[in-house]
Amino acid sequence: MIGIEHYIVVSSILFVLGVLGIFLNRKNIIVILMAIELILLSVNINLVAFSAFLGDLTGQIFAMFVLTVAAGEAAIGLAILVIYFRSRGTIAVDDVNRMKG
Amino acid sequence: MLQIIAFYLFAALVIASGAMTIFSRNPVHSVLWLILAFFNAAGLMVLLGAEFIAMLLVIVYVGAVAVLFMFVVMMLNIDFAELRAGFMKNAPLGVVIALVLVCELVLGLGAYRAGIIELGTPSGEVLLGETNIAQIGELLYGRYLFLFESAGIILLVAMIGAIVLTHREQRSPRGHQNIAKQNARRPDEATELKQPGVGQGVEL
Repeated sequence: MIGIEHYIVVSSILFVLGVLGIFLNRKNIIVILMAIELILLSVNINLVAFSAFLGDLTGQIFAMFVLTVAAGEAAIGLAILVIYFRSRGTIAVDDVNRMKG
Repeated sequence: MLQIIAFYLFAALVIASGAMTIFSRNPVHSVLWLILAFFNAAGLMVLLGAEFIAMLLVIVYVGAVAVLFMFVVMMLNIDFAELRAGFMKNAPLGVVIALVLVCELVLGLGAYRAGIIELGTPSGEVLLGETNIAQIGELLYGRYLFLFESAGIILLVAMIGAIVLTHREQRSPRGHQNIAKQNARRPDEATELKQPGVGQGVEL
């Protein structure tokens, strides 16, 4: 029978894949954003799995809020990416020094 | 039995497509693998009995977020080969950190198996005999109403922010159209009636 451990293993593997994606594609900010989406997806799987196995729907409600934040984050991130590309002609995030920080 | 087969199918596919998302050379392929991962995660959630979240995942992620990614990848003319230059250089550190994270997660799972950690106890009352979406609606428009509305505000702020960031003033070669000036124009100041004599024409 499929228990909660199976779902947790799947979601943790997906989480680690997302973190690995951030490290591997350090220059390509589009793939970094996709890796963040993978991480949020794994968090959602985790929340829904706990919600189902504990019989408490709060986890699913929170999964919805995670979804909301993920959508907003993708929209804002891609908008920033577009204006950065317009002014610089590249999206390499290694040398972002516009603000001289 | 069918459930077990379906779980392993969805789990294997979600992990494989997640891996392909971060390893594939072309970002367009990455987006397509990401869409496959979302579909399989939705399948996992259907197996868990969370149909509403599964459908939401398909609609919001596949229908909106992934298409947004695809749009940006295709709109910007980016030299992706140059961006992959540091791929191998960063690989050892990333793999080490990933392994450490996996070890920590496995450790936590082992602690649960050994009985050191206990799962939480459910706090909400479970409404029996209702569908998943009816129960979620009951909670969302009742106990979590303010959270729900603030989620709406977050989406509104994100939408306005994205529009403000990417909006560009149109600079057309024909000059600008001033709508207020157009609306303020009255017939008396714009036209003039003349009654020219026969054969004399009109002076402008």
